[in-house]
Amino acid sequence: MMNAPLLDLVPAIPELMLAGGAMLLLMYGVFVGERSAATVTFASVVLLIAAAVAVMTIGGAPRLTFGGSFVFDAFARFMKAFAFLGAAAALVLSQDYLRREKVEKFEFPILVLLSTAGMGILISANDLIALYMGLELMSLALYVIASIHRDNAKSTEAGLKYFVLGALSSGMLLYGCSLIYGFTGTVSFAGIAAAVKAGPVGLGLVFGLVFLIAGLAFKVSAVPFHMWTPDVYEGAPTPVTAFFAAAPKVAAIAIFCRAMASGFPGATHQWQQIVVFISVGSMLLGAFAAIGQTNIKRLMAYSSIGHMGFALVGLAAGTANGVQGVAAYIAIYMIMTLGTFACIIAMRRGDEPVETIDDLAGLSRTNPMMAAALAALLFSLAGIPPLAGFFAKFYVFAAAIEAKLYTLAVIGVLASVVGCYYYLRIVKLMYFDEPKPAFAPVRTELKLVLGASALFNTLFVLYPAPLVAAAGAAARALF
Amino acid sequence: MSNAPILSIITFLPLLGALLILMVRGDDAAAKRNIRMIALFATAVTFGLSLIPVALFNPGTAEFQFVERANWLGGVISYRMGIDGISLPLIILTTFLMPFCILASWQAIDTRVKEYMVAFLVLETLMIGVFCALDIVLFYLFFEAGLIPMFLIIGIWGGKRRIYASFKFFLYTLLGSVLMLLAIMAMIWTAGTSDIAELIKQGPTVFSRDMQFWLWIAFFASFAVKMPMWPVHTWLPDAHVEAPTAGSVILAGVLLKMGGYGFLRFSLPMFPEASQFFAPFVFTLSVIAIVYTSLVAMVQEDIKKLIAYSSVAHMGFVTMGIFAGNAEGIQGAVFQMVSHGIVSGALFLCVGVVYDRMHTREIAAYGGLVNRMPVYAVIFMIFTMANVGLPGTSGFVGEFLTLIGTFKASTKVAFLACFGLILSACYALWLYWQVIWGELTKPALKSIADVDRREIAILAPLVVLTILLGVYPKPVLSTSEVAVNALVESYNQANAAAGKTAAAAPR
Repeated sequence: MMNAPLLDLVPAIPELMLAGGAMLLLMYGVFVGERSAATVTFASVVLLIAAAVAVMTIGGAPRLTFGGSFVFDAFARFMKAFAFLGAAAALVLSQDYLRREKVEKFEFPILVLLSTAGMGILISANDLIALYMGLELMSLALYVIASIHRDNAKSTEAGLKYFVLGALSSGMLLYGCSLIYGFTGTVSFAGIAAAVKAGPVGLGLVFGLVFLIAGLAFKVSAVPFHMWTPDVYEGAPTPVTAFFAAAPKVAAIAIFCRAMASGFPGATHQWQQIVVFISVGSMLLGAFAAIGQTNIKRLMAYSSIGHMGFALVGLAAGTANGVQGVAAYIAIYMIMTLGTFACIIAMRRGDEPVETIDDLAGLSRTNPMMAAALAALLFSLAGIPPLAGFFAKFYVFAAAIEAKLYTLAVIGVLASVVGCYYYLRIVKLMYFDEPKPAFAPVRTELKLVLGASALFNTLFVLYPAPLVAAAGAAARALF
Repeated sequence: MSNAPILSIITFLPLLGALLILMVRGDDAAAKRNIRMIALFATAVTFGLSLIPVALFNPGTAEFQFVERANWLGGVISYRMGIDGISLPLIILTTFLMPFCILASWQAIDTRVKEYMVAFLVLETLMIGVFCALDIVLFYLFFEAGLIPMFLIIGIWGGKRRIYASFKFFLYTLLGSVLMLLAIMAMIWTAGTSDIAELIKQGPTVFSRDMQFWLWIAFFASFAVKMPMWPVHTWLPDAHVEAPTAGSVILAGVLLKMGGYGFLRFSLPMFPEASQFFAPFVFTLSVIAIVYTSLVAMVQEDIKKLIAYSSVAHMGFVTMGIFAGNAEGIQGAVFQMVSHGIVSGALFLCVGVVYDRMHTREIAAYGGLVNRMPVYAVIFMIFTMANVGLPGTSGFVGEFLTLIGTFKASTKVAFLACFGLILSACYALWLYWQVIWGELTKPALKSIADVDRREIAILAPLVVLTILLGVYPKPVLSTSEVAVNALVESYNQANAAAGKTAAAAPR
C-alpha cells in the first residue's frame, strides 16, 4: 500500500462530482436568485443519485489514492451508496416543507451536497487527517442547515447548540489524534495498526483512543455525548432533522468502524470496552428516556440514540460478522428512519405542521394507508419480525453472541423490549384511540418515500440475501 | 402433485386471502359481506388443503415429512418446512378452528371488518408457520410475528381495558422470547446449523451440560410465558377477558399450544440433560398452576376470566406430562393440547353467544338460562363436562394419560395433581349452576333467545369432535405415537449416556 498513487482520481469521482456540482449550482443560484431553489434542489437530487450510481459502478479491488489517505473498497461502496441515497431522499422530503415554511433557499441543497461530499471523504478516510477533514466538511454544513430557519428561535438555538458542542467534540477528537500521532509517529491507519501491533499498547495511546472515540461518539450521538440530539432534532426544521437522522449517521458509524477495525486491530481489547460501555448506555438511555416524550421529533431523537447503541453492539463484537451486522443495521435503520420522517413531515393540519404524538390519534381511520405504513415502520424500529428491523438486530446480536459478549446481548435485548413500549404507544394512538381531525392531503413525494420505505421493511424478509451479502462483503474489506 | 410444496401452500394461503381482502373497496354492507365471505372461504380452503398432509402422512416414521427447503438468509439459515406426528395434530387444530373464529365474528364484529379479517388471516399464516418451520430462525420469525396481529386484535376490538391488556400481552411475551432469540444464536454458532432436524440429532452431544442449562433456561423463559405457566401467567386472564370472542378462541386454542410445542420440539430433544435436571422444577410449577389457579378460578366473577384460569390449570397438565419424559406423559400432553384447544375454544364461543345478547360477562348477571335456552344449556353442559375431564369426553383422555405418565415419573406429583381434577369439577360445575340453573329472575334475561342456526352450525361440529375424541382418541394418538416414541427414546438415551460419563468421571 506504500506505493499508493498520489493522484488517482477515479476512486474519488463521486466526491468530485458532488463538490464540483455544488460549486456550479452555487453559481447558478447566485446568478438566478431566490427563485432558483426548486431547480437547484432537483439538480442536487439528480447529482446525489448519479454519485450513488458512480459509487456502485466503480468496481474492482480496493484502491488507494492521495498518497494512501483515501481508500475506496467494498466497505466504502456500501456505506457511500446508502449515505448518498439517504441524502437524496432527505432532499426530496424537504422541498415542499421548506417552501411552506418560507425558508426555501437555494443554499440548502448546496449545503447538503457539500455535507454529503464530506461524508464521502469521511467514509473513505484512511488516515487521521482525512478523517478530520471529512468530519469537519460534513459537520460545518450541518451546523448551518440546522439553523436554516433563521427567524425561528428554536432553529437558531439548535444550530448554535450543535455548533458549540460539535466544536468541543472536534477539539477532543483532534486532541486524541495528536496523542495517537505522538505515540505511534504516524497518522495513517495502516501505520498506526502496525505500531500498535509492534509493541504493548501504552497508556498514552489508550488516552488518545479514548478521545478519538469520544469525538466519534458525538457524531453518532451515543451516550454520554448524546445531549445535543433531542434539542437539535426538535429545533431544526423537520426535513433537516430527517437528513440528520439518515446520512450523517451512516457516515459517522462507517468511520467509527473503519477507524477501529483498520486502525486499532491490535488494541481490540481496549476499544471494545469503551464501545461496550457507550453501546449499553445508548441502548438504555434511548429506551427509557423516550418513554416520557410527547414531541415526536424528540422521541425520534431518543430512538436514534438507542438505535446507535444497537448498531454499536455489532462493532463491540470486534469481528467481521459484527461489522457486517453494523453495516446491515445502519442501512436498514436509515431506510426506516427516512420513512418515519416522511410521515412526520406529512403531519400537517390546515397549514401548520404539528409534531406532538397525540396528533396521530386515530390516524388509522382518517388515513389508513399512512397509518399502516407508519405502523409497519414502528414495529420495524422496535425490531419485531418479520420486518426488516428484526434482521438488523438479529445480525448485531448474533455477532455479540459469537464474541461471547453475553451480558451486552442480554442488556441489549431487554432494552429493545423497553423500547418497544414507546413504539407501541404510537401504534396504540393510531389504531386504538378516537380520531382527531384529518391531516392535510399528503404530497406525492412524501407518499413515494414513505411507501418505498414501508414496502422495503415488510418485503425485506422475502429476499434478504442481497443486502446481507453486500454488508458481508463490506465488512470483510476491513478485516 | 407429490412434489407440490403443500406445507407452504397451507401456510401462505391465508395471507393470500388477506391480500384479496385488502383489495376490497368500500365500507358498506356489501363490502363487509364480501370481506367476511373471502375470509371464510380462505380459512375453509386452508382447512380442506390441510387434510391432504393428513391423508398422505405416514405415521410409521419419526422423520420429518413433506420437507421443503429453499435459500433464504444466506449462510446456514434457510427456509425449511416439514412436519412430524407432533406438529400435524396442532396444524389441523389451527386450520380447523379458524373458520369457526371467522363465523363467530360474523355479526359480533361490525367496525373495521376489513382490518379484523386481515389480522386474523395473517395470524393464521403465522400460527401454521410456527408448527411447520424446520429452521430455528424461521420458527422464531413466525413465533414472534404473531404478536403484532394479536396485539391489534385485542387492542382494537377488545373490551374496556383492552389497551392495558394488549400492552401487557405484547410486552410480556416479547420479554420472554428475546432471551430465546439469544439462545438460538448461541446454538447456531455452536452447532453450525439452524436446521431443527439436525439440531435434534446433534443437540444432546454438541451442547455441553453447562450450555444446555443456559439454553434451557432461555427457551423456558419464552415458552413458560407463552404457555403460560404459573407465576408468569398473569397476562393471560387480562388478554382473554378483553379480547373479542374469536381472539380468545385463538389465544386459548392455538397460541397457548406454541409453548407446549416448543418444549416438545426444542427443550426436550435438544437439551435432554437440562430437561431432566429441571423436571422437578417444572413439576413444582405445574402442580402449583393446577391447584392454585383452580382455586383462583373458583372465586372469579367474570365468566371469561374463570375459563382463562382454568386454561392455566389445564396447561399445567401439559407441562407436567411433557417433563414426565415418558411416552404416556408426552402422548397425553399432545392429546391434552388438542383437546383443550377444542374445548376451551368452544367454551369461549359459548360465552360469546350470551355476550352477544347481553353484553356482559358477569356471572352474577346470568342465572336460569335453561328456561329460555335449552339447546344452549345442553351444549354448554357438554363442554363443561369436557373441561372437567369427564370420561367419554376428550378432556378425560389427555388428563388421564398425563397423570399416568407423571405417576411413573413421580407418584407425589401425580397425587397432588389429582386435586386439580376435583377442583376443576368445583369451579366448572359452580359456573354452570350459576349461569344455567335456577329461577330465571333477572328481567333482562326474560326475552333472551336460544342459539340460532349459525351458532348451532359453529358449535355442533365441536360437540361432535369433543365426544368423538373422548371415546375414540386413536386418530390423534396414532398420528403422534411414533414421533413421541422416538423422542422419548432419544431423550432416555442421551440421559443414560450422560449418566455414564458422569459416573465414569473421576471425582
